[in-house]
Amino acid sequence: MISARELLDKVEPHFTQGGKLETFYGLYEMVDTFIYTPSDVTQGKTHVRDGNDLKRTMTFVVIATFFCIMMAMYNTGYQANLAIETMGLTESPSWRSLVMNIFGYNPMNPLSNFIHGSLFFLPIYIVTLAVGGIWEVLFSTVRGHEVNEGFLVSSMLYTLILPPDMPLWQVALGISFGIVIGKEVFGGTGKNFLNPALTGRAFLFFAYPASISGDAVWVGVDGFTAATPLGLAAQGGLEAVQAAGYSWFQTFIGFMPGSIGETSTVAILIGAAFLLYTRIASYRIMAGVLGGMIATSLLFNMIGSESNPMFAMPFYWHLTLGGFAFGMVYMATDPVSAAMTNTGRWIFGALIGIMVVLVRVVNPAFPEGMMLSILFANMFAPVIDYFVVQANIKRRMKRHV
Amino acid sequence: MDNETKKVLIDPLVNNNPITLQVLGICSALAVTSQMSTSLIMAVALTAVTGCSSAAISSIRNHIPSSIRIIVQMTIIASLVIVVDQLLKAFAYDVSKQLSVFVGLIITNCIVMGRAEAYAMKNPPMASFIDGIGNGLGYSLILIIVAFFRELLGSGKLLGIEVFPLIKDGGWYEPNGLMLLPPSAFFIIGFIIWVFRQWKTDQVEQPDFQILDISHGEGGHH
Repeated sequence: MISARELLDKVEPHFTQGGKLETFYGLYEMVDTFIYTPSDVTQGKTHVRDGNDLKRTMTFVVIATFFCIMMAMYNTGYQANLAIETMGLTESPSWRSLVMNIFGYNPMNPLSNFIHGSLFFLPIYIVTLAVGGIWEVLFSTVRGHEVNEGFLVSSMLYTLILPPDMPLWQVALGISFGIVIGKEVFGGTGKNFLNPALTGRAFLFFAYPASISGDAVWVGVDGFTAATPLGLAAQGGLEAVQAAGYSWFQTFIGFMPGSIGETSTVAILIGAAFLLYTRIASYRIMAGVLGGMIATSLLFNMIGSESNPMFAMPFYWHLTLGGFAFGMVYMATDPVSAAMTNTGRWIFGALIGIMVVLVRVVNPAFPEGMMLSILFANMFAPVIDYFVVQANIKRRMKRHV
Repeated sequence: MDNETKKVLIDPLVNNNPITLQVLGICSALAVTSQMSTSLIMAVALTAVTGCSSAAISSIRNHIPSSIRIIVQMTIIASLVIVVDQLLKAFAYDVSKQLSVFVGLIITNCIVMGRAEAYAMKNPPMASFIDGIGNGLGYSLILIIVAFFRELLGSGKLLGIEVFPLIKDGGWYEPNGLMLLPPSAFFIIGFIIWVFRQWKTDQVEQPDFQILDISHGEGGHH
């Protein structure tokens, strides 16, 4: 039995300079460093010693989404089974019935829910990995870059923010746009100024609005319409949400229609705790987003409105509905597209928090604003950093006049 | 046609394209390119205006006092635009409705002013005319490429004729709504610039700075 290390060492000469497969060094490097610690060491005199390299950072984010994925599969299946029961169907109207006829469609049966949900999650995830992976490897090979784990994060987050029944060819188009236009044209990992996963989703949002907005797409059964609680709130405020039978606790746990992985605030907060404990994500950004959202929604609560019931929506509902929590924890904290300075991170986060409530409350066109607010703030991140740095330079100049 | 004239006419198509290299005239390239028909009319209108205004300005270039030259140029361009606008209203009323303000805005199109300032003020009328036509054609080329993709992908049609039958009419094509929104023209122009620069590598700018390779930097062993 030959060990993976021996095998890799054996084939290495083919990939290094002068070898037959030199062009594909990126692929070799990807497999090698994914399994083993990279063998490169710094050679200069000064360097920071930390085992936490880019690969581990990225892998930790994927680990942090674990509970989101579990809840995503469970809730997506639960909603689909519930819809089938409500509609009085005996089996799923899609290809999923091939598998699901074995497990049944009882929404009270956790196994059935989980498997039904995974039949929604896995096809999207596999298509995302395959199509996005091809782009990633293509660009790395042509440019002579290394293939980076950042793509694993983008593909996982992208899958979790799509509606369950997204047509797979649209999934493929979206991730292609996200990876190529959102990242590779600017030079690849570390040089993108927009979050690639959100760029892909934004493309789908404007290109194929019928598949990613409205009331018919959030539960994966054809012909079943169910507004997300946030969609209900946009129509009739908090009363409409409660009239439909959603309690705050239920939306906190995540049993409601929505994008695959965004519904469960509690699962997202567990991921947030992990990211903050391992110091992968910036607490300043998360606190900024939360603070900006709370302040703006309190302001709207105080102003009040006769005609717009969203004004009265309290901040703890803003937190659990829609993609707010997911965006705050996994999207806003993207270290590449967010602000880089510590003061800048507070401002960057607050900008997102303020914008998202503004879009949700006073913009009549879109019920949800998290995606657009984060992309908006991404674009301002370099400017925010610039002013923070200039302010610091001025402050220090004054000290030495 | 001698070589110099040919160069003046052909260069603005790819080598010195007003949109992809000089990045001028972007506003109208975003606004009118959701359909082939409007883009074609716009392309013809702008090419005619640029050619004629360059020729007219060039023929009086030695009499224009340099302190008021912009005003004189504007007057000539504006008169020509009014002629084009009236012609469109008379013979192609529907298209002129769709183009709305963008025909009038040819006056402020940077390509027209740019050619007047950069070429017509220093060269004889015939050469200026050719230069104006050449730049108009460079603009037209990009406009038509952009409109081709936007109309085809956005509504499954070309010049109003169905190419991809849409799902809602019983066909197979799901139209891409983004292509009907102006930002899509940005992406397509970006792609065209990308292709041009892969093809003509001398269009690529030098990088502003180079990131230091740490192992070769200060204190490195190399």
